[in-house]
Amino acid sequence: MHESRAFKTLRIVGLTLLTLFTVLPLYVMVISGLKPLRDVQGKFTWWPTTLTFRPYVDIWTTIPLGRYFMNSLIVSLAATAASVFLAILASYAVSRYRFRGREPFRVTVLSTQMFPGILFLLPLYLIFVNIGRLTGFPLVGTRTGLIITYLTFSLPFAIWMLVGYLDTIPRDLDEAAHVDGATPLQTLFRVILPSAAPGIAAVSIYSFMTAWGETLFASVMTNAQSTTLAIGLRQYSTQVNVYWNQLMAASIVVSIPVVLGFLLLQRFLVQGLTSGAVK
Amino acid sequence: MATTSSTRARTRQEPVGVERRPSGRGGRRRSLQPRYLPFLLLAPAVLFELLVHVIPMLAGVWMSFLKLTQFYLRRWTQAPSAGFGNYQVAFDLNGEVGRALMRSFGVTIAYSLASVALAWGLGMFGAVLLQGSFRGRGWLRTLLLVPYAMPVYAGVIVWKFMLDRDNGMVNTLLAQLHLTNGQTFWLLGGNAFVSTVVVSVWRLWPFALLTLMAGLQSIPNDVYEAASVDGANRWQQFRHFTLPMLHPVNQVLVLVLFLWTFNHFNVPYILFSQAVPPSADLLSIHIYNSSFITWNFGVGSAMSVLLLLFLLVVTAIYLLVTSRGSRERRPRGPLAPTATYRQDEESRDAEAARA
Repeated sequence: MHESRAFKTLRIVGLTLLTLFTVLPLYVMVISGLKPLRDVQGKFTWWPTTLTFRPYVDIWTTIPLGRYFMNSLIVSLAATAASVFLAILASYAVSRYRFRGREPFRVTVLSTQMFPGILFLLPLYLIFVNIGRLTGFPLVGTRTGLIITYLTFSLPFAIWMLVGYLDTIPRDLDEAAHVDGATPLQTLFRVILPSAAPGIAAVSIYSFMTAWGETLFASVMTNAQSTTLAIGLRQYSTQVNVYWNQLMAASIVVSIPVVLGFLLLQRFLVQGLTSGAVK
Repeated sequence: MATTSSTRARTRQEPVGVERRPSGRGGRRRSLQPRYLPFLLLAPAVLFELLVHVIPMLAGVWMSFLKLTQFYLRRWTQAPSAGFGNYQVAFDLNGEVGRALMRSFGVTIAYSLASVALAWGLGMFGAVLLQGSFRGRGWLRTLLLVPYAMPVYAGVIVWKFMLDRDNGMVNTLLAQLHLTNGQTFWLLGGNAFVSTVVVSVWRLWPFALLTLMAGLQSIPNDVYEAASVDGANRWQQFRHFTLPMLHPVNQVLVLVLFLWTFNHFNVPYILFSQAVPPSADLLSIHIYNSSFITWNFGVGSAMSVLLLLFLLVVTAIYLLVTSRGSRERRPRGPLAPTATYRQDEESRDAEAARA
């Protein structure tokens, strides 16, 4: 397509501005994580007086960051695995079968996106407390409670996206498997799933990001032992001092797993969006 | 979901292929499959959604009719009924609670509209600029997506540092550019509103970019070629082809952005910790704070129910209006692409996703 000179200029100017807006905070984060404490306690400077990696060492001892990291990792991985597994089963049903309640199910699934979390935060907390009291299996203050909560957060969107993805896989595959004598579940796990791998990758990274970044429920449902990163990072600010350099270093460390995962898998996420959500 | 379980007994099950493929390809009727299989597959997902979303939400509605104070919290089932009392408190514009709620509602609307407009605008702008191929496009695209990929709290913490009056980058930058004296309080008073919007746009616009770029990719290239041959300039192409063809994408994108920002909790919660200034007192954090400060969860629940009702009504109206609009906004006139595109849309999208 022919591009006029004006459009090329607009592209350069526009993309430069958008990039500056995006990158400035990232620059502040990176450079401040390499500063000694005194550099972040006065006026902001664009370059440290001495470059140091100390903050990356200190973050692990100032607060129990390792424990929070493990908590977030366990909770996010478990919630992702469970959510993706449930979404695979549900989306296969929605994609391959017609049954009463199929359309209401699809609509209900997406409409959970609009529920204000604040509406079911307290009831859920009370329900979890009571389940714990009745069964002796504590859900509040444990990672299990968070896992159960988080898996349902990503489930609706995961189902929605996977249905869109499975719909693009030709039904001839099912037919062939059926002719060969495979049961529906065998068909799903041996024939359909391998073809849906990109969709599953996209859903997985989405679920993981959702769990890794959640704050509202983590602020109520965790205790000192099960604190996740979202809540734990606050402890770098104390009454007397804010360790901005360590806070920036820690922000980078906790961002790396999700940012890398997202950037590696974003191609599939886009496919998932076009085939599922945007239809 | 409730419908699903209640109709379990009256299952009528057919392969989807019959409906989807009238051509008959792959449309043979399947046998041997138990009727309850789809419900069995759905059951675990439905169960967890019931446990975490539906039941607590119904409980929340019920709680909004109770005098649920601190005293009754542990045995909330015995709390006395409040009738519509909690709603009266929330609606009473002469009372302090009602006035604060109304102000928070206004702030939230302004915040959502500003965030969605800016996030969508920047996303659309970026997506159009990133069309075509040029050196470094892939890298740039990846870089621009980083704020969305980061955990919310990490991104907001960085902004909190940047907006700090004494140690922050923003004041230093503005002073060095001789725009201000570098003493501005960005997290207090009216400035707090601007700051909150900027932070939320910074985080959200990459999502709009990602979605719109995907949408643009699904528009076939020959449409543009035909348009160029017909002498349409960039703006005309955008106005008459791109925008109408992106309508289904935009319809969902704008709605999702709106619902997200309207329920935003993270941004003010992390940006301001406990002391949220009135100008950034979004509904979610307002309800959260007023519940946990006054320990009156009945009123808090009533406010949450009102929030949900409002979102339901807005969503319904939005979908009605935009769906009707889409029929009128179909491309017309000599420059319009052939009508087959829309009919073929679904299959083409499917092909694009498979490719």
